[in-house]
Amino acid sequence: MKIRYFAWLRERTGTSEETIELPETVKTAGELISWLAARDEGYAFAFEQPETIRIAVNQEHVEEDHVLSGTEEVAFFPPMTGG
Amino acid sequence: MSNSTTTEFTVRVQAEDFDVLAETEILTKGRKDVGAIVTFTGLCRDEGGTLEALELEHYPGMAEAQISKFAQQAVERWPLTGLTIIHRFGKIPPGDNIVLVIATSSHRRAAFEASDFLMDFLKTQAPFWKKEHLKETSEGTWVEAKAVDDADAARWRNSRH
Repeated sequence: MKIRYFAWLRERTGTSEETIELPETVKTAGELISWLAARDEGYAFAFEQPETIRIAVNQEHVEEDHVLSGTEEVAFFPPMTGG
Repeated sequence: MSNSTTTEFTVRVQAEDFDVLAETEILTKGRKDVGAIVTFTGLCRDEGGTLEALELEHYPGMAEAQISKFAQQAVERWPLTGLTIIHRFGKIPPGDNIVLVIATSSHRRAAFEASDFLMDFLKTQAPFWKKEHLKETSEGTWVEAKAVDDADAARWRNSRH
């Protein structure tokens, strides 16, 4: 599964994109956030306020209870500030 | 709700600047049914002289897809004759263009409302993030999303227009 990070999530994780093998225990986007946050200090900092993080799966906005199939592109980013 | 004669629209996400007049002419050239043109141009302001530049990061692919989704909603909701949306990314200095919405219609109301609707959704739902680079500090700061922008976007869910 490809994971992409934008804006301060990219900076805090030190990663713009990576490919991971989805662990058996991780079923939803919210569980993926918890799993990533437990990786190291940078990831913990990036996801310290999970309620503020926006999630996209295959480039569509989803909520944290979205069930992952393991093949998608998942992206995490802060609230958007376009326009 | 969509019908087969829905107006086509143009969406571009680009680093380059855009030419408002040239983009407007594309929507009006050779037609006599256009009675109203509304253009909205968003510029980078200097924040009282403190801003060096804005840096716009975006999610390639999703940015185009999200803007197109709202453009599609706009042409289904209002009787537009044309619609162009351009959003820039990269480093943009004060005074330069950031975003352009042009809506054309037979009558003004549709063009005004569609432009307003699109800007509200571009602010809150299109995957772009602004980072401010100030003259005084070397480290940039991410612009925080504003609750008022969410409230503006929510208006369109409540009204039947």
